[in-house]
Amino acid sequence: MRSDRRSLRHVFRETVCVPNSSSAGRRSHHCGGRRSDMSSEMTAQEVRLCGLLLQEHFGDVVEKVGTHLIRSGVLTLRALAHETKLPLDLVKKSLCVLMQHGMCAFGAGRRGPAGPVEYHIICERILHMLRYPRYIYTAKSLYGDTGELIVEEILQRGQMTMSSTVKTVADRLTHNMPEGQSMDYSEVVSAFSRLVETHFLQRCPPMASAESSSSGADNTPLPAVTQPTEPEDHPECYKLPYINLTGQGKRRRSSEDGEADPRAAKKAKTDSSERGDEGIYWQVNFQRFHLHFRDQAIISAVSCKLDQTSSEIVRTMLRMSEVTTPTHAAFTQALSANEIFRALPSSYNIARPILDQYLTLLVDDPMEFVGKTGDSGGGMYVVNLHRALANLARATLESVVQERFGSRSARIFRLLLRKRHLEQKQVEDFAMVPAKEAKDMLYTLLSENLVQLQEIPKTPDYAPSRTFYLYTVNQLPTARLLLQHCYKTVGNLIERRLYETKENKRLLEKSQRIEAILASLQATGAEAAQLTEVEEMITAPERQQLESLRHHINKLDSSENQVDETIFLLESYINSTQAPR
Amino acid sequence: MAGSRGRGRSQFTFSVDALGFGRGDSLPTSAQTPSPLFPPMQFRPVPLHAGEEVDYMLALKQELRASSKNLPFHIKAARTKTDVARYSDKYQNGEPKNNCIEWSPDWSRMPKELCIKVRKPRKTVIGAKPQLTRKPKVAAGKEEVLQKLETLEKREEEQHSEEEEDEEKKKQNDEEEEPDADEDYDEEEIEDETDYIMSYFDNGEDFGADSDDNMDEAVY
Repeated sequence: MRSDRRSLRHVFRETVCVPNSSSAGRRSHHCGGRRSDMSSEMTAQEVRLCGLLLQEHFGDVVEKVGTHLIRSGVLTLRALAHETKLPLDLVKKSLCVLMQHGMCAFGAGRRGPAGPVEYHIICERILHMLRYPRYIYTAKSLYGDTGELIVEEILQRGQMTMSSTVKTVADRLTHNMPEGQSMDYSEVVSAFSRLVETHFLQRCPPMASAESSSSGADNTPLPAVTQPTEPEDHPECYKLPYINLTGQGKRRRSSEDGEADPRAAKKAKTDSSERGDEGIYWQVNFQRFHLHFRDQAIISAVSCKLDQTSSEIVRTMLRMSEVTTPTHAAFTQALSANEIFRALPSSYNIARPILDQYLTLLVDDPMEFVGKTGDSGGGMYVVNLHRALANLARATLESVVQERFGSRSARIFRLLLRKRHLEQKQVEDFAMVPAKEAKDMLYTLLSENLVQLQEIPKTPDYAPSRTFYLYTVNQLPTARLLLQHCYKTVGNLIERRLYETKENKRLLEKSQRIEAILASLQATGAEAAQLTEVEEMITAPERQQLESLRHHINKLDSSENQVDETIFLLESYINSTQAPR
Repeated sequence: MAGSRGRGRSQFTFSVDALGFGRGDSLPTSAQTPSPLFPPMQFRPVPLHAGEEVDYMLALKQELRASSKNLPFHIKAARTKTDVARYSDKYQNGEPKNNCIEWSPDWSRMPKELCIKVRKPRKTVIGAKPQLTRKPKVAAGKEEVLQKLETLEKREEEQHSEEEEDEEKKKQNDEEEEPDADEDYDEEEIEDETDYIMSYFDNGEDFGADSDDNMDEAVY
């Protein structure tokens, strides 16, 4: 009809459904449309989570300073001290801590190099704190205990020189070894080198500031500090310094604690300058770890969907293109089937035609992990990284809907994801769900903001009887919404854990004191009767209460780790859709 | 539009069956109270992952949390003196002070304005710029003076011309020697059997240092 065609030229108006409290983290205009690198635009949930993480690791003072700086964007030192009403020295200390850990950066202020320096927070670094156990565990699985301790030390201290890392790790390893043995520095150095070679550790970017070496007057204008540059921009990012470090880890005796340590620390400080290591600091390369996690996710998805051999093939392909694929690439370098065949691990001796069949299967799979880009060399294959991430995110969304609303709602959701826009009647027909229930489910999903309503008017007056109402699901905004839910979830988990700990503080302190007493009694060799007497100081119901408290806290901590896995997946997907910087 | 109002009186602008209930059905009751804070869940959540990996990461997380409280990065505000300034405050070194930082960062990587006195005198920062918050030493310790005299004597015996250079160097390296002297300090404390307990000695270094930014009190 002519009127229909005329009406369709009208502008689409996308109705956003009833906002509810579950989307409190959203920005006002639309579902979390922000770039993750603009730290000034943090959603409320992210700010809350950052605050909780800072408080957990660095205390209340740093939390106050950090949260205020996140909310304000950029501030000078004086303004920050004035607005937080904290003593200037405490603010200075907090900024030092944040900068040591790479969570705060400084730059020339609005008034140019002559004016005061302005500070801003890098929020994603704070959120990475949630993932520290995963980084450490990955290092352990790849490089053993030595690698694990190296990464742990560097994560906890923000940045360290190579020599101090080697010494500290050697001492720690020696401490755990049986009497008489000690860890040689060279082993730790080799583990460190391996971590640097595979880019898991990188040098901290040197400050491009011209330091006035002489002690100038107090009111010398600050040196022209440029923005700290990306670590990857420096050619020596992964170059190991030549250090002359020989020796073995020292076993720290408890009696010498007070004296030996500062003396050793002083000696270490003078030594590092002699070792040629001064000023070269190393930090963890989070991006590399994230690439590794992404590869792991793809491989395990393939292994779940298809089988072990297919996942091995994909693992081989990813391993081969590790160094050649740039960071934000949408797919790996093209690899020929011949190369893949040669590079397969020897334990998988599958015949060449079988490999071809597997590759064909992988290409034909609807998840589109692997794509075929040519026929030379027996077939050129790539791993579709961005598409794999998108599919993994989609699977996450579907799983969330299924677990919260039931399998029939999940069916409707999947339908809408595939078919894009559907009318109510069509939804009922395609999903094979009775009308009344379909309506109910759709309205529930609509109220949770997982499904959107799109109006297409037939007439310019948007009369309801003459308008098409189409249901639709947009994957990207829905993923952002779920990501905010995840941040809120982790914040809730942390708060609940703090509450549980606070409620039972008295009991926890009592049990700690009794453990300390027991330990000291055992060290001095007490009789069994004394030990049991001390143990009985905790009554049975108290013991039970402690046990249930421990169980709750373990559960909450474990949940945090698990939600973080979802956060990683959704963040990777969202970052992959944004244009590379 | 307004013109067609008089026609089909019982016609609505929307089709009634699309609403989800028929004519004559009672409308659902309106909400009297806000929705519950913890609404009953329709479906139970899936149990958490379990396994060795999960347990290890859990243990790691708890260890990291516990150890981060002991690191110098965990900043606690100094306790404000509530009532009377007590005599014992001077000797309680364990309390954190606002104007000292407990670890020594690389000051060359940070803006100058963040420079703050490093707490442990033993940590010598080689090539450090003069600290901004440092006050000039009020009185040198007895031991330090003796030590300086001794070294000066030794140098005098060797060569006269070098003595002046050394004195200048000593002034420049004042910061380094101070902590060195402190270190020798403790050794001498053990070695010397004097009646005076060295740790009771207050060389006045911290005098007035706390009230840096608070100009309400007069400084005598």
